[in-house]
Amino acid sequence: MNKKRMRLKGLIKKESLQIIRDPSSIGIAFLLPVVLLLIFGYGVSLDAEHVPIGIVIEKPGHLAMDFTGGFYNSEYFSPTVFSNIQEAEKALMKRRIMAICWIRSDFERRVLSTKDSPVGIIVNGVDANQAKIVTGYITGVWIKWLSQYARSKGLRLDAPVNVEQRIWFNAAVRSRNFLVPGLIAVIMTLIGGMLTSMVVAREWERGTMEALLVTPVRIKEVILGKIIPYFVLGMGGMAISVVIAIFIFHVPFRGSFLALTYASALFMLTAIFLGLLISTAAGSQFVAGQIAIVITFLPAFMLSGFVFDINSMPFPIQVITHIVAARYFVSILQSLFLVGNVWKIYIINCIWLMVMALLFFRIIRKKSHKRLA
Amino acid sequence: MASNLPDIPSKDDNAIAAKGVWKVFHVGKRKVEALRDCSFDVKPGIVTGLIGPDGAGKTTFMRLCVGLLIPDEGSLSVLGLDPERDYLKIQSEIRYMPQRFGLYEDLTVQENLDLYSDLLGVPEEMRKERYDVLMSMTGLGPFTRRLAGRLSGGMKQKLGLACTLIKPPRLLILDEPTVGVDPVSRRELWHIVYSQVEREGMSVLLSTSYLDEAERCQEVILMHQGEVLGQGLPHEFSSKVKGHSFMLRVPGGEKRRLQQELSNRNQVADSLILGERIRLVMWDALKPKEVKDTLGLSDKIEVESVPPRFEDAFIWRLKKRLMEKGESVRFKIITHKRVKGKRDEPVIVVKDLKRRFGDFYAVGGISFEVKRGEIFGLLGANGAGKTTTFRMLCGLLPASEGTLLVAGKNLRKARAKARVRIGYMAQKFSLYEDLTVLQNLRFFSSAYGLYGKRQRERIDWALDAFELIGEVDTVSKNLPLGYKQRLALAAALMHEPEIIFLDEPTSGVDPLARRQFWAHINSLSESNVTIMVTTHFMEEAEYCDRIVIMKRGKILAHGTPEELKERYHPEGIKNPTMEDAFIALVESKGEVANE
Repeated sequence: MNKKRMRLKGLIKKESLQIIRDPSSIGIAFLLPVVLLLIFGYGVSLDAEHVPIGIVIEKPGHLAMDFTGGFYNSEYFSPTVFSNIQEAEKALMKRRIMAICWIRSDFERRVLSTKDSPVGIIVNGVDANQAKIVTGYITGVWIKWLSQYARSKGLRLDAPVNVEQRIWFNAAVRSRNFLVPGLIAVIMTLIGGMLTSMVVAREWERGTMEALLVTPVRIKEVILGKIIPYFVLGMGGMAISVVIAIFIFHVPFRGSFLALTYASALFMLTAIFLGLLISTAAGSQFVAGQIAIVITFLPAFMLSGFVFDINSMPFPIQVITHIVAARYFVSILQSLFLVGNVWKIYIINCIWLMVMALLFFRIIRKKSHKRLA
Repeated sequence: MASNLPDIPSKDDNAIAAKGVWKVFHVGKRKVEALRDCSFDVKPGIVTGLIGPDGAGKTTFMRLCVGLLIPDEGSLSVLGLDPERDYLKIQSEIRYMPQRFGLYEDLTVQENLDLYSDLLGVPEEMRKERYDVLMSMTGLGPFTRRLAGRLSGGMKQKLGLACTLIKPPRLLILDEPTVGVDPVSRRELWHIVYSQVEREGMSVLLSTSYLDEAERCQEVILMHQGEVLGQGLPHEFSSKVKGHSFMLRVPGGEKRRLQQELSNRNQVADSLILGERIRLVMWDALKPKEVKDTLGLSDKIEVESVPPRFEDAFIWRLKKRLMEKGESVRFKIITHKRVKGKRDEPVIVVKDLKRRFGDFYAVGGISFEVKRGEIFGLLGANGAGKTTTFRMLCGLLPASEGTLLVAGKNLRKARAKARVRIGYMAQKFSLYEDLTVLQNLRFFSSAYGLYGKRQRERIDWALDAFELIGEVDTVSKNLPLGYKQRLALAAALMHEPEIIFLDEPTSGVDPLARRQFWAHINSLSESNVTIMVTTHFMEEAEYCDRIVIMKRGKILAHGTPEELKERYHPEGIKNPTMEDAFIALVESKGEVANE
């Protein structure tokens, strides 16, 4: 074995032993993905299901009953009936219900006579996102009932456009299906960025780096000795996440595994390089951890399009998302999971990742040397 | 690559040659000249000591030699190579052990050795043999599977040394390898270094802030505040002050007052309390009779001429240098409110005190008494249980078992009441590093309940007594170590306590600052303040009235320094030092030192 390989082997062995002995790295690499996936897979959902809704029917009648039946049949609502609006408003204030559908006493008469009967809808707008979704659902129920009613009377509904919904890629409209793939990017950012940045800072803090630098080791070997073990660790976390996504959460996977592996490897390297870069700037583990959270984890969470749609962000923020590596990986993941191999999306995003990885690597090479300060 | 046999440098080639080397750092607004125009050669095939207190520039110089830093000016050559350009070549020929070992604490002894073998390119087939030699030499053989972090301080240093010796280098550079290590391990470390020099013919550059270690080197380079004070054989330094050193035997309890008075006399270069005696270094070589006459000492005092120590020479040279520059070398004496109460009545009573952490007894049943106005020392290597004992005495840590009376208060019940009467100076000077000197004093005084006029008076007193006036607005993390130490002592004295606890108060400060510090302590003791101090500096034990020596949570011995030296007098040594006595004591108890 030549000396170069012997040195690299020694460094990798050392790093691996340290990973195995340090409960926090095992925690971040293996436990954290599982916990995050469980939280996002089961706990957090952006869908409105079984929304408590109050229905006020001032004067029960055939038509009113027919209309409100739509709410009972929908899985999106769990309705409660009130006999007057005051009671319903009280329930809304107390947050027992999310929205009120108010059917006045003249509902039936006006439908039959003027064919124009308003329905009052009051939605708690504190959570704007939820409010919009709920309003949409209620409107949906209303339109559905109208068209059914019209058909039963042999009339044509005077609607200018008839909405015939068909949802692509995520037919069941489960938010889990796009959250979980995005989450994989966040998890890998954590392993790559946080762990790597902290372990290099740890070597400075404990004074081991000084001793290491004064051995015949080359700086390239020191960098590789850090990259390789954490790359393996990160890919392990990745594999676990994919298995959980597919087999526990039943997220469909429609692309090729080879493409997934390649893109993950590329993203993993970008994350690790960024971690190494942080570690050269931070003097202590504590500072490295803080910086890593602010410049890797939080952007991956908020600006990658994993939860919040990039296209609906203000323009300046959209521009900023371009320097968040996770953004490209989230696109790749969501398309591979939900759509399949869309080579155009895949290649463009991979190129972006590659550019970032190379850029980070150049800076690292330039910044690291066998000197103090 | 180089062959496996190291080239033995010819005797004419210097291992290191430095000419006019400068290195400047910027700390905050302060410009620190770490090395000022340093020129010297390190000879091959011998052990050269780089001797000087913290801040002398020793570490900076070593880092320059191994290519970790680049000099601002001057030329440096290591094994005939330029560290700035040929650092890779140098790094394959030399080994360097930084101050903090460079060991991976979460790897075992064996794994650390394997890592360094890999890094140094030692072929697999040669390892076993080399490991066996190193493990038997360091006595680490039975511990190869233990995590490095679980080793004692002395064992860690030995492992660090073993890692650097896996492939015998041409030049070995060791930065303070003996700091914080117990005397027995220290002796073993020196033994290992010398055996390597003899067997492998390597050159060694070693730094230390323990002046007594200078005498173990074959050549010494004396440094202070970035300057080279001199270079030569250790005994050459000492012999220059031959006839300057004296020992005074003072009857009765007058030694402190006398020492205080003598320390500021014009004829005296240095004075120190050593047990019951005072060690004196005069500016000129004199006869004992002449000393008595020039100083006007009473007839009751016996004066005896003694052979000079290295430290005598160091202080003599250093003060001379400072005086030439026109700086004051006088010691300031502080005033403190006289504490009421009879001298010699016990103020700290400890009986069967224990402290348990899980299954482990950090302190396992100790008893002693401290009298008012006494300077009482708690001695032992790192991990002996000194700091734990201290924290219990200050009421910072509850005791698991035993009696604990401080200033007449039962600390296990009335902690707050006792705390008002004690001052505490924690290890590494617990200051608020981001506050200025004045802000620190304001904070500490108000924490002790001082306000208004009284607070202003005390702050003025502290600034004057500890000579901090010039640095009032300096942020304390930018202060030199000696100033930090004074500020920390001032902070602990703001409320005029009766008892003061000092945890490793002088570690790392230079010998002059240490003397000034002890001058303060002596004057406190004169005002009836009781002082309790921990130290791992064996010599400092001699400044105390009484000491206890701790090891692994137990008291090994206690008494006055004089008694202990008498009791554990090693054979064949005429005037044993505290360190000799400590080693003899540990060995007589049949303890394995490195466990």
